[in-house]
Amino acid sequence: MSVNELWVILTGIFVAASCGILGCFLILRKMAMVGDAISHSVLPGIVIAFLISGSRDSLVMTLGAAVFGLVTVFLIQLFKNSGVQTDASIGVVFTALFAVGIVLVSVYTRQIDLDLDCVLYGEIAFVPFDRITLFGMDAGPKAIWGTGITFFITLLVVSLFYKQFKITSFDPAMAASVGIPVALIHYMLMGLVSLTTVSSFESVGAILVLGMLVVPAATAYLLTERLSVMIVYSVAVGIVSTILGYYAAVWLDASIAGCIVTVAGIIFGLTFIFSPSHGMISKWWRKRKILQEDHAKQAQLETA
Amino acid sequence: MTWFEILKEPNIQWILWACTLLGIGSGVIGSFAYLRKQSLMGDALAHVALPGVCIAFLLSGVKSIFLFMLGAMVMGIISTFIMSYITRKSRIKQDTAIAIILSVFFGLGIVLLTYIQHNANGNQSGLDKFLFGQAATMIRSDVIVMAIISAILIVICTLFFKEFKLASFDAGFAKGLGYPVALIEQLIMFLIVIAVVVGIQAVGVVLMSALLITPAVSARYWTEKLGLMVFLSGLFGGVSGVIGTIISASGNNLPSGPLVVLSATGIFVFSILFAPSRGVVSKFLLRQSVKRKVEKEKQMQLRERGSSI
Repeated sequence: MSVNELWVILTGIFVAASCGILGCFLILRKMAMVGDAISHSVLPGIVIAFLISGSRDSLVMTLGAAVFGLVTVFLIQLFKNSGVQTDASIGVVFTALFAVGIVLVSVYTRQIDLDLDCVLYGEIAFVPFDRITLFGMDAGPKAIWGTGITFFITLLVVSLFYKQFKITSFDPAMAASVGIPVALIHYMLMGLVSLTTVSSFESVGAILVLGMLVVPAATAYLLTERLSVMIVYSVAVGIVSTILGYYAAVWLDASIAGCIVTVAGIIFGLTFIFSPSHGMISKWWRKRKILQEDHAKQAQLETA
Repeated sequence: MTWFEILKEPNIQWILWACTLLGIGSGVIGSFAYLRKQSLMGDALAHVALPGVCIAFLLSGVKSIFLFMLGAMVMGIISTFIMSYITRKSRIKQDTAIAIILSVFFGLGIVLLTYIQHNANGNQSGLDKFLFGQAATMIRSDVIVMAIISAILIVICTLFFKEFKLASFDAGFAKGLGYPVALIEQLIMFLIVIAVVVGIQAVGVVLMSALLITPAVSARYWTEKLGLMVFLSGLFGGVSGVIGTIISASGNNLPSGPLVVLSATGIFVFSILFAPSRGVVSKFLLRQSVKRKVEKEKQMQLRERGSSI
């Protein structure tokens, strides 16, 4: 394994781990599409940051994106509170912001040169080539730092406030009654999602972020009844998909991000069929067993 | 140029018609999607179209809009089957199922696209153009297709209005009455697939999903009756199409798709603020008047108590 391969896989693993943790809470709160929404609605933030600063420095753009990530989350909550369904509220907000972004791009791109593809849809294969220098020394690829720091922040915040996150996800009314600041916890979670999305998509692409947020968490959801176990499984599925997906991509000569998500999808499919607790086969087996017992009981009754 | 002069240009007329018809059709079917909490299905289906287009290209080896649409449609139908299977048979909720479908299918689409780019012989460029939509290149035949599709959508929604209504509000009751609920649900999904596949060409992936969601949400603010809501949603969609196209044509060549979406968003913001009884302003006024009434009653009570002492 060459060093560059290692960097790419390590970046993927950091993304998979932070997304795997946050995804569990998202699907429990029925907000799985928030990741998709954020990854689209940060476009105006990126363009505005670029227009103000005039540079394509990725730190400034990430800052702009982060601001709009939070704006998105805030607007979704605002419309939800005024009576719009969650899914529709997500849809209205991200499409509107994305439209603003496209209009801004088409108004201003004639003067400037802002490659939308590069900004919005990063390519994980290029991770090793965009390096950072600290104190005059080569400190490794930039993406490793971005995604790594995000992972540690996520891990820290979630483990510090694990109980609060858990109760607000399962029963917000109870959480409020025992004095947990539900709205604050909600915004903390959404802030983390926003941070993860923004820090990851620049290096690995939006689709990988969305896939890693949802698919491993949903797989884990089919395997266990405990939130802590679900998070561990979710991260594990994400990491396995990253490693397998990387080699599948090398073998097929195709997009790494696409392959990782596809592998995660295959793992989900297998779990859906074979999971011992919630899989199709075990469910069918249990149903058959109940029917058989039923028949046996009836036969007994008839003979008696 | 004045507004009328703009509207007289034949080229712009086609775009105008296309956007309006698309707005009406997707507004109508979007109301049902909204009620069934499947608003984001449009977004997912628009992404699912990518592997469909790629597979159509891999199998046929030619770039034909018709084959691309067919591929996107077949893929869309397969994905709706998988989605409803996942939600029905497991404890995974609908929003998660939609997100899984979106990301996995789009990921697969990217794999296929890069595979084609690296392995096929060079004539694959423009495959993704299909997905990003260019209303400006719309020609007469496209508009006719859109008119037919929108008409079909509206006719089917009118014919099966009762069935759709029942299945959307109370699926259990509909099943009890003997309606084939699964079939009706699949039909609604199928209509969404058609609207999306036709629409992505015109306005692009993300903006197509806006046309399915935003007019329906806005319409929900104005009425409690489904019939009126569907009508209003179609109307809002159509009006957004007209306004967006006119601004696009009179401005500095701004793209029409995002402007249509922004017009729809404008209608949404207006609705959320000023709709009677559900709007923010009327709720505020109501609260104020209740407050005043309570104050008045309190004062009267105090006065009565004062006089009785």
